[in-house]
Amino acid sequence: MNTEILGVVFMFVLTLALAIPLGRYMGKVYMGDATWADAFLNPLDKLFFKLGGIKPLKEMNWKEHLVALLTINLVWFLLSMLVLMTQGSLPLNPDGNPSMSPDLAFNTTISFISNTNLQHYSGESGVSYLGQLVLMLFQFISAAAGMAACAAVFLLMRPNFKFQKDDKGSVISGNFYSLFIKSLTRVLLPLSIVIAVILLFNGMPMTFKGKDQYISVQGDTVSVSRGPAAALVAIKQLGTNGGGFFGANSAHPLENPNYFTNIVENVLIILIPIAMVFALGYMIKRMRFAYMVFGIMTIGFLLFVVPSISLEMGGNPAIGKMGITQNLGSMEGKEVRFGPAASAFWAITTTVTSNGSVNAMHDSLTPLSGMFCLLGMMVNAFYGGVGVGFLNFYIFIIIAVFISGLMVGRTPEFLGKKIEAKEMKIAAMIALLHPFLILVGASLASYLYSHDPTTYAGWLNNPGNHGFSEMLYEYTSSSANNGSGFEGLGDGTPWWNISCGIVMLLGRFLPIIGPVAIAGILANKKYVPESAGTLKTDTATFGIMIFAVIFIIAALSFFPALALGPIAEYFGMKP
Amino acid sequence: MSKERSNKLFEPALVKEALRHSFIKLNPKIMFRNPVMFTVEIGTAVMLGVCIWIMCGDKTQGSLAYNLIVFAVLFVTLLFANFAEAIAEARGKAQADSLRKTREETPAKWIVAGKEMQIVPSSQLKKGDIFLCETGDTIPMDGEIIEGIATIDESAITGESAPVIRESGGDKSSVTGGTKVLSDRIKVKVTTEPGESFLDKMIALVEGASRQKTPNEIALTILLAGFTLVFIIVCVTLKPFGDYASTPITIAAFISLFVCLIPTTIGGLLSAIGIAGMDRALRANVITKSGKAVETAGDLDTLLLDKTGTITIGNRKATNFWPANGVDSKAFIDACVLSSLADETPEGKSIIELANLSKDTFKIDGAVFIEFTAETRCSGIDLVTGLRIRKGASDSIRRIAEKAGNSFPEETLEQVKKISSNGGTPLVVSQNEQIMGVIELQDIIKPGIQERFERLRKMGVKTVMVTGDNPLTAKFIAEKAGVDDFIAEAKPEDKMNYIKQEQLGGKLVAMMGDGTNDAPALAQADVGVAMNSGTAAAKEAGNMVDLDNDPTKLIEIVEIGKQLLMTRGTLTTFSIANDVAKYFAIVPALFIASIPGLQSLNIMKLHSPESAILSAVIFNAIIIPALIPLALKGVAYKPIGASALLRRNLLIYGLGGVVVPFIGIKLLDMVVSIWF
Repeated sequence: MNTEILGVVFMFVLTLALAIPLGRYMGKVYMGDATWADAFLNPLDKLFFKLGGIKPLKEMNWKEHLVALLTINLVWFLLSMLVLMTQGSLPLNPDGNPSMSPDLAFNTTISFISNTNLQHYSGESGVSYLGQLVLMLFQFISAAAGMAACAAVFLLMRPNFKFQKDDKGSVISGNFYSLFIKSLTRVLLPLSIVIAVILLFNGMPMTFKGKDQYISVQGDTVSVSRGPAAALVAIKQLGTNGGGFFGANSAHPLENPNYFTNIVENVLIILIPIAMVFALGYMIKRMRFAYMVFGIMTIGFLLFVVPSISLEMGGNPAIGKMGITQNLGSMEGKEVRFGPAASAFWAITTTVTSNGSVNAMHDSLTPLSGMFCLLGMMVNAFYGGVGVGFLNFYIFIIIAVFISGLMVGRTPEFLGKKIEAKEMKIAAMIALLHPFLILVGASLASYLYSHDPTTYAGWLNNPGNHGFSEMLYEYTSSSANNGSGFEGLGDGTPWWNISCGIVMLLGRFLPIIGPVAIAGILANKKYVPESAGTLKTDTATFGIMIFAVIFIIAALSFFPALALGPIAEYFGMKP
Repeated sequence: MSKERSNKLFEPALVKEALRHSFIKLNPKIMFRNPVMFTVEIGTAVMLGVCIWIMCGDKTQGSLAYNLIVFAVLFVTLLFANFAEAIAEARGKAQADSLRKTREETPAKWIVAGKEMQIVPSSQLKKGDIFLCETGDTIPMDGEIIEGIATIDESAITGESAPVIRESGGDKSSVTGGTKVLSDRIKVKVTTEPGESFLDKMIALVEGASRQKTPNEIALTILLAGFTLVFIIVCVTLKPFGDYASTPITIAAFISLFVCLIPTTIGGLLSAIGIAGMDRALRANVITKSGKAVETAGDLDTLLLDKTGTITIGNRKATNFWPANGVDSKAFIDACVLSSLADETPEGKSIIELANLSKDTFKIDGAVFIEFTAETRCSGIDLVTGLRIRKGASDSIRRIAEKAGNSFPEETLEQVKKISSNGGTPLVVSQNEQIMGVIELQDIIKPGIQERFERLRKMGVKTVMVTGDNPLTAKFIAEKAGVDDFIAEAKPEDKMNYIKQEQLGGKLVAMMGDGTNDAPALAQADVGVAMNSGTAAAKEAGNMVDLDNDPTKLIEIVEIGKQLLMTRGTLTTFSIANDVAKYFAIVPALFIASIPGLQSLNIMKLHSPESAILSAVIFNAIIIPALIPLALKGVAYKPIGASALLRRNLLIYGLGGVVVPFIGIKLLDMVVSIWF
């Protein structure tokens, strides 16, 4: 087999080999079961609980979970705005980078608390080291918040579990703060430390010193930005954040020095999203169900990744037309040390998981690979972001259960709970939100551009179908909380900062609130025992049903837009 | 009569009525109830505006003929959807009317102030009034017999020609308006206000006005509204996208794309499916008090079934005579017949039947009959010749024999045990305190009942037999009939407790009953089916009334409920799956002019943008009437397990829903391309 493809297969198998035990471990952590880490991490947890005044055993109902989530985020939002807008005069700024404008600070803050990490600035010149550290803090916080919300849903999903109830008669299960702290101390922090050390030894900088200088072969003096990168890169990948230390993200030699670090980083991108599914199986004691979910996610993932790798390795037809041979595949915008296969694999993993870090320029992908990246974000549930990926998938499950429940002649039920109008209303609204944000955002931008091309001329370097893809990509990336960009878009303006900020905010919190609310409402319902007439949700048939629902809602509703962007570009390029 | 009722889907008279209503239902106020079709109506109105605009001289929207056709097709789509609902209503109403007609305006013998009799039209009777019915009279109103006993022909309601006996007191005191008294006279108290009988309520349910959407229907409507909103977003945002790509898109194209994408098929058929469900119940001679009850029936987990009449035929029957050693078989049978001559119980009658001897051969003038009492637990006869025959439970007869100094034969004791352990009931007969032998009574399990229980088990429904028998007998019959559980020596409160127990475990329970003492349990059950012959209290407590008084009806009701949900689910799937083909028909058509490369997406090779759009909307319109028969009849339910059923329906309606429109649109395009 081609070594490039072998490398990609190796990465996927390695991820799986790590994700299964990690998922089980995470399941134990969230359930409060004993793990090997208790001995040395319990004191740390206790310290945090004490400092935060948290009573980890006080269980919450689903509304309290959401209040806790939103409170944490509001506090950090204010802190971040403050730091980013004043960083120029704060310490840890050896390169003298300026403070951010309010709209850019708004966009950046939202971007990081929403786990998007869309960067309308460049790390080298746009943010101080203190700013970088605050953003890194958010990379931990937003990932842990997503995981805690997802763990809360898992706890509420437990079938036929004897839940405690509060004095208002509402089911209580788990403590959000405790789930949040544990996500940090038991999963993200230990893994990040290990990874950061590995990256450090592969040549990634970790310093508070300012720019370094060296004299190039031509004799020019070149300034090279550096900083505390290794620590940030670990959590950037692990928490599906994706916000790079440097502007070029993981294509930058100091942020992803070699093929080995590329493997490490790429495995981290999908590690926790996959592990989360196995944690679900452990927590609800239905491993078969978890395998089904994993299977459907993987089929979707493979449908994107296989053609993308093949297309990128096949070369760019536009360059082919010029009579240039492309034995290495399509190499425009790619790093030679990674090659087209690993770049395409990264491109799809980073878009399906809402990570958004890049090791190649997505703008230069062949049109259909670009479309698969877009689709990965439009679906946003084939693995998906840490925690939130499954929450998106949960909505599709609810809709699939509803339709297929009817098809077998029984009022639909999922894990023993009947699905009725209220849950359907929430699920329909959340399923609708994503197409709404993306299409409305892109259509407003299209409207502005096409009605006043001179004012907005700075937006698009490539007009036509590709320019349309760039705008569509920007909103898709914002709504999916992905953060990668089809560069070539002049996105550092108030319009893009504010509109993308709003899209990120809605695209982050509503899809968390919805599933938590549904899980909470369902947990409060009476458990209906299974019978021969009950639809089994852990079968391949039901998996196909979920897949069909995802295909029709998440993919087909973008068909006209995709036809005008990447599909039109693809046919336009065909020889 | 029920068999003769028309099963034709489209009777000319009903079609005519439905057509008229299709237009009436275009009223936006009525349309508003159905969000999917309401948006289609708005689109149709916009198209009308576009046509007028073109007539006023606009040149940007394409030819007038093309726009007029799009308008016409959308208008017809609306009519088709309305027609589906209207025909379902008309059928339901016709069904109910045919039942109601039997009881209209019959003269009633009203007893004024308890004395005087006055002939009045039945419509003047009020709740609480008392009327008299004699041989040959048609009973004017639903009511309860307060005095007398009569044989009644209920064929007008049930289609069953054998007359039934109704009498005051007890559980068979209800009479139904429209039925006929064949013999004797009864006094009946009216139990319902005019216009408020179950049938009237049912008719109101079928008619639009008081029809409430069921919870499941509401949830589905929300989902469909969600889909509609997604496609509104898709279509509205396409306008700026088109502007950006410098592709002018006509209003007709926008509206066509929108109407094709939203789930009009299920949206148009949804209410028809619900009405048809109630109609199917009515065709099975079950009056439902709400659409929700039918839906719930599909979800039932547990059925409580009375042993007698449901699992076994009527009552126990004598199946064997077992004379004791040394007793002549003929003499024993004679003794058995003599003891049963005055016994009016079904068991007694069955003994005479089994003996197959003429009653006239027995001289019983001056004989004294000993009635069965709970204390003696035996009955019998004392003849003038001095012969004393007793028949009863083995221990009571044994006591009589042993008191007189006679022994209880060993082989008879054996036989008694054997009969008991086989689920039968032994009746020991003595003559002059000498044991003559044993009569074996057996429950006859209805033929085919095992298969029905097997079918229920595959549906995931648990069957529970309720009987007054002792646990041993009950167990035997339960095993033989194949029920999953039984309640032996059941008292009315046992049923109630069992239902509550099951419900505590989250299960949905159905039961059937007729007596007043069943009423609390009927009310407690999620689906309570009262027999029409039952008391008014029972009928009031249940949420369905079975006109046939057929205890196996529950099984049919479960299937009707399942069919109802399945029809909704499969048509939703079909409707949404259709979108794939429609996208591939319309999207290339929209952009082909400015982006010729997208011709490659035109995988159906449709002739022109106009023909592609027209073919898609025409397909979208005609699929509605094409599916009306399915909506009315319901998707066939097969008890093959939920996963297999899902696989089957996904294959037929999901994959079919993807493939059929590709073929349909291509065929239509071949025709449409002649003009466009």
